Amino acid sequence: MNGSQHMAQPLGFSRRVFLKASAAVGGGLLISFALPGLMRGVQATEGAFAPNAYVRIDRDGRIFLTIQPVEMGQGTYTSMPALIAEELEVGLDQVIIAHAPADDQRYANPMLGFQVTGGSTSVPANWTPLREAGAAARILLVAAAAQQWGVAADSCKAQRGEVLHPTSGRKFGYGELADAAAKLPLPESLPLKEPKDFKLIGTAAKRTDSPDKVNGKAVFGIDVHPEGMKVAAIMLCPVVGGTLDSVDPEPAMAVRGVHQVVRTDNSVAVVADHMGAARKGLAALQIKWNGGANAKVSSAQMLEDIKAASMQPGAQARSEGNVEEALAKAAKKLEVTYHVPFLAHACLEPVNCTVHVRKDACDLWLGIQVPARAKAVAAQLTGLPEAAVQVHNHLIGGGFGRRLEVDFVADAVKIAKQVDYPVKVIWSREEDTRHSTLRPFHYNHLSVGLDEQNRPIAWTHKVTGGSILARWLPAGFIDGVDGDAVRDACGPYAFPNLSVHYVRHEPPSGILPAFWRGVGHTQNAFMVEGLLDEAIQQVKADPFEYRYPLLQQHPRAIKVLELLREKSGWDTPLEPGRGRGLALTHCFGTFAAQVAEVTVSPNGEVKVDKVTSVVDCGIAINPDSVVAQMQGGTIFGLTAVLYGNITFKDGQVEQGNFDTYRMLRINETPVIETHVVASSESPGGLGEVPTVTIAPAVVNAVFAATGKRLRSLPIDPEELRQA
Amino acid sequence: MAHVLKINGTEHQVDVDDDTPLLWVLRDVLGMTGTKFGCGMALCGACTVHMNGNAVRSCVMPVSAVVGAEITTIESVGETPAGKRIQEAWLAHEVVQCGYCQSGQIMSATALLARNANPSDSDIDGAMAGNICRCGTYVRVREAIKIAAGQSPVARAEG
Repeated sequence: MNGSQHMAQPLGFSRRVFLKASAAVGGGLLISFALPGLMRGVQATEGAFAPNAYVRIDRDGRIFLTIQPVEMGQGTYTSMPALIAEELEVGLDQVIIAHAPADDQRYANPMLGFQVTGGSTSVPANWTPLREAGAAARILLVAAAAQQWGVAADSCKAQRGEVLHPTSGRKFGYGELADAAAKLPLPESLPLKEPKDFKLIGTAAKRTDSPDKVNGKAVFGIDVHPEGMKVAAIMLCPVVGGTLDSVDPEPAMAVRGVHQVVRTDNSVAVVADHMGAARKGLAALQIKWNGGANAKVSSAQMLEDIKAASMQPGAQARSEGNVEEALAKAAKKLEVTYHVPFLAHACLEPVNCTVHVRKDACDLWLGIQVPARAKAVAAQLTGLPEAAVQVHNHLIGGGFGRRLEVDFVADAVKIAKQVDYPVKVIWSREEDTRHSTLRPFHYNHLSVGLDEQNRPIAWTHKVTGGSILARWLPAGFIDGVDGDAVRDACGPYAFPNLSVHYVRHEPPSGILPAFWRGVGHTQNAFMVEGLLDEAIQQVKADPFEYRYPLLQQHPRAIKVLELLREKSGWDTPLEPGRGRGLALTHCFGTFAAQVAEVTVSPNGEVKVDKVTSVVDCGIAINPDSVVAQMQGGTIFGLTAVLYGNITFKDGQVEQGNFDTYRMLRINETPVIETHVVASSESPGGLGEVPTVTIAPAVVNAVFAATGKRLRSLPIDPEELRQA
Repeated sequence: MAHVLKINGTEHQVDVDDDTPLLWVLRDVLGMTGTKFGCGMALCGACTVHMNGNAVRSCVMPVSAVVGAEITTIESVGETPAGKRIQEAWLAHEVVQCGYCQSGQIMSATALLARNANPSDSDIDGAMAGNICRCGTYVRVREAIKIAAGQSPVARAEG
């Protein structure tokens, strides 16, 4: 059994897509498509076509695209429509984009089998289905036109929302053909364009969401204002997992504009006409909490606990060759431990949710990566059937995994149940940080054995940490192995003997291990690329040349590295105190490598001067968006490398606002250069890729500059300070 | 108590406590949601507006302190020459990702450009370091300001 495959290649995505056409409600042509259940443990039922996305063309020729992945900055409301529009033969200026409603069946992520935006899956998962949806619609529209004209379909041509018959000069708009097309049977096969014929894919596109985001018109979840709405400031028990003891509401009620103080099992909320009054009211309260079992939880103790847990053998996730034998005969052996801290997401749009609970219905307004889960939790807490809960999804002001969770939806619904109007609950920045779900703390043991020629012959990696999947997607937690936690545990390298193990060690209950941009790769690539660099430095090898023999099965990786060496100026010497570091990843179907160039000051402060990236993500649907994601993902990762660290004392998160949970700013941002390899391979994911490589690239650069090896994050300048 | 505020050239009367931050008056009382809440402590810049042309953080600006001032928000900054240039540069250069911080970025950038037609990199750092972007659009923020100022941005390598 190969544990690392549990999530890394989920789920053997079948390219087979079932399409069906039907008359759209209100007239027109509707194309919906469905995929068989793909999740392990979920039965694929052929013949039961549960549609999961829609192209709708009305009689006026308006083209509506309902997009399953939600826009959170990654450009999905530009790339997803481009896939459909490419085959439908319309421009992006001709389509109207709608958020998908909450529905795990109709709007399942084709790769993951339920409604979710995450794991950098949007492009790879929808690459074929959305083009086929566009092609099916176009074929039917052309057939309808050909039928009406009494000509052969192949004598007609679709172009910018019209079907033309060039020899006679006749044409129909798509809207005029919608009803007729809806009555035609779907074509047997859906031939797709060759890449050389792409008009939209591969061309820099203007983002469809940009205009409203530069003039204040874009509506995020936090911006909604349903009729009669009031706003609430919330405070949760400062000790994670603790409960409310008591509170006297009077000081808050004395604040003008405050309507109500709402108590739940674990929170207090002050409801007011405006957030100024709500926050003032909340600040006036003296709240008594019950810290409960976690009242003494501290980071120091958690570190001791996870260290101890990591000594267990763990569940085997992967094994190739005979690693014990190979290690025993290795000429050199490096055995190390690495660890990475808890991290919060710190989306700039703080967690918020607007809820209106009535006797027979419930509405939610928010930005969420998992709308159907939001619906389910609201139904559960209100006792209403799911059909009575409506989720109005919105633009997301930063997801990064935080909005893959519905803990805050539950908190908001508990408050909304106690008021008889819509209430918008907004977390303060401090509450957002202190009650974030967290990228799990990992404490890993790694080793590498080298032969007489200094080549790696054995590689072991034991991951210890809290399991995200055991809670979030139990089907992905198999035989004691969290498939996400062991992703990339050996990098993309062909080590002849290797083993990967996983020890599940949960933090105190109430601390929720959760996905964070880059998921399990971020932790493991830091350690794998770090240890590989340790071996390379010890044997004084060239970091590029040393990797090539280990990458013979990945010619794309070699090409990426070769280009990176040239573009990064790797072979140009640097002055003392400066250094370059290399890191490579193969994740989300994409190959990428980065060189970071750093300066380390005598007092140990690390300044990242320049980051050069080369990426082969297959066909780049929107090449400009690829560059933007490489820039942004690098900066997101740099914040974690330099500053990111959530710690606990007396059961409480010690960080709060941006003064204590620091973010990289423009004046700290390095020069970032991105080179995209032209490729005709199927597209890979991208949003998380640079976040994976930047940490090891920087740490390896710090070693080059100082000779000091960092095996934990964030970088501690004290460790680098010159004596 | 009642305050008369001049926002985007229009007078509004609002009846809130003196210490109510301008941010919440804009968002919750007047329904102008383009100005965003990020931190409440003037640490992130998402709530940036102009007060008599200067960039200020509305989350810590009591409403009583802005009576009599000309307040400009993202909703009308495009009517100023600098604001229009900045918005156009933002679109031409595809700065935005999630977009949540961008109202504040644009307000800070506009205030910079209005008083400094030819900002250097360190001028940009000084004016923009108070605006956090979690998506990491800083590279393009810098380039777009240069474009708006008629400078050539550092070329982005592609290909």
